[in-house]
Amino acid sequence: MSDFIQANLPYLLAGISVGGQYALIAIGYTMVYGILRLINFAHGDVFMAAGLIMVFAAASLPMYISIPLVIIVTVLLGFVIERVAYKPLRSAPRMSVMISAIGVSYLIQNCALYFTGGLPRVFPSIPWLTDTVTIFGAITKRVTVITPIITLILVVALVLFIKKTKVGMAMRAVSRDFQTSQLMGIKIDNVISMTFIIGCFLAAIGALLYFSNYQSVIPTSGSMPGLKAFVAAVFGGIGSIPGAVIGAFLIGIVENIIKGVGWTTFSDAFTFVLLIVILMVKPTGIFGEKKTDKV
Amino acid sequence: MKKLLAVSLAVLMLVSLCACGGGSKNVIKIGVYEPQSGDNGAGGKQEILGMQYANSVTNEIEIGGKTYKVELVISDNESSNDKAVSAASKLVSEGCAVVLGSYGSGVSIAGSDTFADAGIPVIGVTCTNPQVTEGNSHYFRICFLDPFQGTVLANFANDELKAKKAYCLGQLGNDYDIGLINYFKQAAEKLGMEVITAEFPKDNSDFNSYLTNAKNAKADVIFAPCSTSYAQLIIEQAEKQGIDVPILAGDTWDSNQILDAAKAKAPNAKIYVSTFYAEGGDVNFEKGFRDFINGNSVNKQNNGGNDIIAAVSVMGYDAYYTALEALKKADSVKAADVLKALPSTTYTGVTGKIAFDSIGDAARDTAYIKKVNTSTGLWDFVKVQTIK
Amino acid sequence: MFKKINNALNPSLRHPEQERASRINKVGAIILLAILYVFLFVLDNFLPAGSFTGMLIPVLRKGAIYALLCVSMNLLNGFTGLFSLGQAGFMLIGGYAYAILSIPASQHAAVYQYFDGGAIQFSIPEFFSSFLGAGLGSFVGSIICIIIAGVIAALFAALIGIPVLRLKSDYLAIATLGFAEIIRAIFQWNGFGIITNGSNLLRKYTALSDIRWDIGSVSLKFGTVFVFLIVTICILLIVLLINSSYGRAFNAVRDDEISAEAMGINLFKHKMMSFIISSFFAGVGGALLAMYQTTIQSAAFTSAMTYEILLMVVIGGIGSVSGSGIAAFLYIAANEWWLRFLDSGSIGSIEVSFFRGGFRKVIFSIAIMIIVLFFSRGIMGDKELSITGVINWFKNRKERKLAKKINASKEGE
Repeated sequence: MSDFIQANLPYLLAGISVGGQYALIAIGYTMVYGILRLINFAHGDVFMAAGLIMVFAAASLPMYISIPLVIIVTVLLGFVIERVAYKPLRSAPRMSVMISAIGVSYLIQNCALYFTGGLPRVFPSIPWLTDTVTIFGAITKRVTVITPIITLILVVALVLFIKKTKVGMAMRAVSRDFQTSQLMGIKIDNVISMTFIIGCFLAAIGALLYFSNYQSVIPTSGSMPGLKAFVAAVFGGIGSIPGAVIGAFLIGIVENIIKGVGWTTFSDAFTFVLLIVILMVKPTGIFGEKKTDKV
Repeated sequence: MKKLLAVSLAVLMLVSLCACGGGSKNVIKIGVYEPQSGDNGAGGKQEILGMQYANSVTNEIEIGGKTYKVELVISDNESSNDKAVSAASKLVSEGCAVVLGSYGSGVSIAGSDTFADAGIPVIGVTCTNPQVTEGNSHYFRICFLDPFQGTVLANFANDELKAKKAYCLGQLGNDYDIGLINYFKQAAEKLGMEVITAEFPKDNSDFNSYLTNAKNAKADVIFAPCSTSYAQLIIEQAEKQGIDVPILAGDTWDSNQILDAAKAKAPNAKIYVSTFYAEGGDVNFEKGFRDFINGNSVNKQNNGGNDIIAAVSVMGYDAYYTALEALKKADSVKAADVLKALPSTTYTGVTGKIAFDSIGDAARDTAYIKKVNTSTGLWDFVKVQTIK
Repeated sequence: MFKKINNALNPSLRHPEQERASRINKVGAIILLAILYVFLFVLDNFLPAGSFTGMLIPVLRKGAIYALLCVSMNLLNGFTGLFSLGQAGFMLIGGYAYAILSIPASQHAAVYQYFDGGAIQFSIPEFFSSFLGAGLGSFVGSIICIIIAGVIAALFAALIGIPVLRLKSDYLAIATLGFAEIIRAIFQWNGFGIITNGSNLLRKYTALSDIRWDIGSVSLKFGTVFVFLIVTICILLIVLLINSSYGRAFNAVRDDEISAEAMGINLFKHKMMSFIISSFFAGVGGALLAMYQTTIQSAAFTSAMTYEILLMVVIGGIGSVSGSGIAAFLYIAANEWWLRFLDSGSIGSIEVSFFRGGFRKVIFSIAIMIIVLFFSRGIMGDKELSITGVINWFKNRKERKLAKKINASKEGE
């Protein structure tokens, strides 16, 4: 029995840990989608950029400065992206905004390529986080265990923020009805900026945890986690924060079980099969709200 | 504002059109067909460094009584087959007499027909897939081949590491990984080893499950001939999982990236690679090359931020001189004459004697096995491995 | 308003002026195409390979292929309003189907080196060459292979469409994106290696350079002409479709699904049709791309490829066929030809240190962002390029300026 646990626990641990990191990215997707109805394709790349900024910051600064710096710069990056690339298109068709998002993603990746010279960059070891620990005989990094805890704390804080504060109320109002909330005197632009700031803050934390686990940053590092986080957001019902978190953990765990069983070729494909199945059965996701078309 | 933008875009196009032209007399162009971006960007850049160094040492050649300046024309194939044709066409249109490259066999094969149509000979530097030179007369190569390398590594695993069971891990969709694993598997099974293979998808960064699989299967050796960006992750995650079996890989892992990763993140790792060249082979060359790297910040960055000499750079250096030798032998600047001269060209370079067989492959029967020294962050020479 | 629609629908009710314009456009287009083909033929055969023509040929070929891919995507995204991101997947299917069917039997052992020569042991172009001669045989054979490639892509689209097309907008986008990824994983799987060659590339099949005609000792090449021929035919078919009653139904579905349904348009049927037809041409485009590349590997068909095509569509103008074509050529030429000097480290003879590998792509993506943000309607908007249109544009320049002034003064008030 203990052999069995020792052999199979690593899959579960890896799954939970990956799931936690996906969750932090997925929240950014789901919040932006909830308000702007926009799949923010650049979100995965912001996540990658956060990792890269950490690589460059930690090369010359001590850890206690570079970590806050990474978070601040990433949040700024998200804010600037929204102001420059999405705000001018607020009245344009939704497809234009989505294409702008694809353009931003392309730009961030190419800038990363230029600055890194295409070489994979080794992520600095954050002390304590990257130490190894032993759980029931399975050896892993501390970050693996810490990630789900941090994720849960942040999610609870976020849900409280949205439920209890005025800004949170404004966010809920805007995601309900864009136009009406504008008429009610809510400053839409501020709410949207706030959404991006929160999303990028979580993405920055997610990046710190993710790259502590997988210590190499390349320009395309963000695309797969980004896509999977989006799948998680859809899975949980886009617009729903708890849904995104549950979806993310589920995908993380299932993906690792698939790898463990030996179907390694299809571990990514399976994520998408899962997505398509859920879209067929319940298009609005597990926690999504049902909407009817208005004529 | 809009007009200004439109005008500036148009000007950019115009400038770029002008920049396409130009050129002067008595210049001979050698094409460099290498990836500078994409999965293999890092390796491609190191290979180019070797050629650039060689070019800085010898940039003039006498042909037919006239002195020609040798110019390198670099074209980025982005490690991608769909960009390969236009990257190759670029070199053809520049009128290169001979082309060097590419790092990565897939793009080499993809660009091959473009060079063939133009009648330009190509000297492959480190493309190890047999298909590169097979069935054509214009592609040559100075490195060993995957069937050889796979067999060498299987022999090494069996003889030196006494492995009974190997876990092979390659990137799905990457013909280098999958091909080398295939040859390794054939040779290893012949030697009585048991082989398990697994593939990971592109842009994967979580290798914990794969490594757990290897551990649960009680593999004695992990064979992971993937590109260096994945290699870093595998090394580090294997260490953190407490996997202490040796990790074996092919020539792609002979890179500073691996040394850095192992030194910083995996002090207990046992990493062996097979490669074209072991440091310490030619002291003069190494000193010159180090000065070249350290003398320029861009060069140093392209080499991964330090001055450790990668085997691909040395191969790039030798390829450049092989090309010069062929030009001398042809006594002409025309691609067609170089193509005729190449099969009988021989050159003794830093990595040994280079001569081509009837297919266009270099006759090489030795590979160097090196091991990462995790305390110094340098390569330790292990042995010269040949096939029995 | 009604009169206008009626006029457009019924040629006999058209104004003589319109009638004349349409005739000029048709005749003009045929003349221009003829000139183009003569030029391409000369380019293929008689122009010396210099630094200009050497790049012009691959850029024209790839540009034409991408023009087709853009138009096929535009049919779906621009004209039917279905936001699909599965293009790369269908191109992959088309390209592979083409390559697998046209690898000569003698080359199977070399290509499928890890799979004992593979399962399929015949080659369609070779079959036709056996009685039509090498040149004509590979021409006919490759056309048949291209059609089969399109059909197989369309079949897959039909299968995928049944579940996926019930989804709306973004959900559809993400589901098709997912399908493209699944297709890629399947094609790379070793289990199907005897057909797809697993992760390894396919090569040695009939490529563009094989489309030639040998008369005695002279060998005439038709590579570029062939690409343009197929692309022109395909785009023409799509234009005919768009202008037919089906095309109008597609537009109705795009503009308002609910009212379209109320008008008696079968939503699912029309969406399915558009999806299948678009995929057919994506498959054809994939096959042509395979011919152009001379090798094909599934690893290249990532979602980035779909995004690239989508960007071209947007640059050209969503809902404009001619815009898609123009944008495809510009995009390919800029990305793979004109901007290459940015990577070289110098302008002319001046050394510029920040011009290093990758700088080209940064500049290029900034240019794309500028277009997306400031010219969001693209080059053509939803208009089409026509000869009379161009003539009128030049004629009406003054009037437009005047109108602008009037508008400006009106807004001022």
